[in-house]
Amino acid sequence: MNVTIVDYKSGNISSVINSFKEVAKNKVKIEVTSDLGKIKSTDKVVLPGQGSFKSCVDALQSINGLVDCLNDFVMNKKKPLLGICVGLQMFADVGYEESETKGLGWIPGKVTKIDNKKGKYKLPHIGWNQINIVKESKIFKDIKDKSHMYFVHSYEFVPTDKNSILATTDYSSNHVCAVEKENIFGTQFHPEKSDKTGLKIINNFINL
Amino acid sequence: MLKNRIIPCLDVKNGRVVKGINFVDLKDAGDPVEQAKIYSDGGADEICFLDITASNENRDTIYEVVEKTSKKCFVPLTVGGGVRSVDDINKLLNCGADKVSINTAAVENSKVVVDSSKKFGSQCIVVAIDAKKNGDKWEVFTHGGRNNSRIDALEYAKKMEDSGAGELLVTSMDRDGTQVGYDIELMSKISSKVNIPLIASGGVGNLDHLVEGIKSGKASAVLAASIFHYGKYSVKEAKQYLESKGIPVRT
Repeated sequence: MNVTIVDYKSGNISSVINSFKEVAKNKVKIEVTSDLGKIKSTDKVVLPGQGSFKSCVDALQSINGLVDCLNDFVMNKKKPLLGICVGLQMFADVGYEESETKGLGWIPGKVTKIDNKKGKYKLPHIGWNQINIVKESKIFKDIKDKSHMYFVHSYEFVPTDKNSILATTDYSSNHVCAVEKENIFGTQFHPEKSDKTGLKIINNFINL
Repeated sequence: MLKNRIIPCLDVKNGRVVKGINFVDLKDAGDPVEQAKIYSDGGADEICFLDITASNENRDTIYEVVEKTSKKCFVPLTVGGGVRSVDDINKLLNCGADKVSINTAAVENSKVVVDSSKKFGSQCIVVAIDAKKNGDKWEVFTHGGRNNSRIDALEYAKKMEDSGAGELLVTSMDRDGTQVGYDIELMSKISSKVNIPLIASGGVGNLDHLVEGIKSGKASAVLAASIFHYGKYSVKEAKQYLESKGIPVRT
């Protein structure tokens, strides 16, 4: 089996690569590429994302054919994809970081700034927070409710359809931190930086 | 609920740990990877490397250290010391650092902070502020504490937030190495002035100091070196103590 991490030159993906290689050992091939041919033929895709919503969408679009290729992978071929951080946020219809930017539109909703309650809450939301698992999922196999995950973000995904919510976390308000819609999975937190629990989620995704 | 973080800091010189764990049976006491792994397995919320390599020809040693560590440690890794440019930051991130801390370069030219946070995102840009009290204010020092920039630390902290820093790592030079506790006044003043998280550093001698740093200093995270390196306390003990004082920690 091949798992492909999409390298679209947006932010730092070394930790994502390291964690997937650690979990995969030599049983699963981890590829890092933006080559459309390779993404088309792979079994699973990981879509990381760092920086702003706009910079990530711009970076995806700057690679000719990549968005169409991902759309086909997810919507037609229905193969599993995991979005991490801004990778998850881009599932939305629209994001409001920097300027109003159209997202991939895979899970209806929008990405807005976390309300810092007039400075009461510092942003970014950085550090370890507990997740409230609200729905069973294969990617949460053997993950306990209230597990700690590592977060770094100032914007949150607000999906229209609450059925896509897998887990939430509490910071300023109760916001979405993991989603699932059919073959599409996403985490706002960083499983690659969330110690053994995070690696377990990566393992669950690889074993889907 | 968001937890307060405990971050052990290891000093690395020419690719070897020079100020680090000094009490367990280490196969190789100078190996940064082994030491970082001990801390991450022990519950450290993040790991920090401070590169104190003096000579330019050995500067590249840190890249190898970061590369090896990031393949073994799956908690966030911050690297600082001698970071001069966007290119340096790029190299460290590519080697596997999750955050890079910038000190002197940010004082000399805040554009480094502006440019790097735009390019890589604020989440990986930590501005390190070395501050020393002078009268009723604090001044920012550069070059490992050797030069006084005469810049007001509070105003500088705000400027760094506006420039795109994701976090501030504030070290009191008056307290560093003294083990008498953080400069609480400095920490709380800066933390109240900015809306980004503050990591307190300099002066920790016991676990109550960590509690003070969070409760009175309003720090989101506490950085410490000696109290962990010499086995006086383990990260686990520190967390248990913080929890007993009502501070939320990851256990």
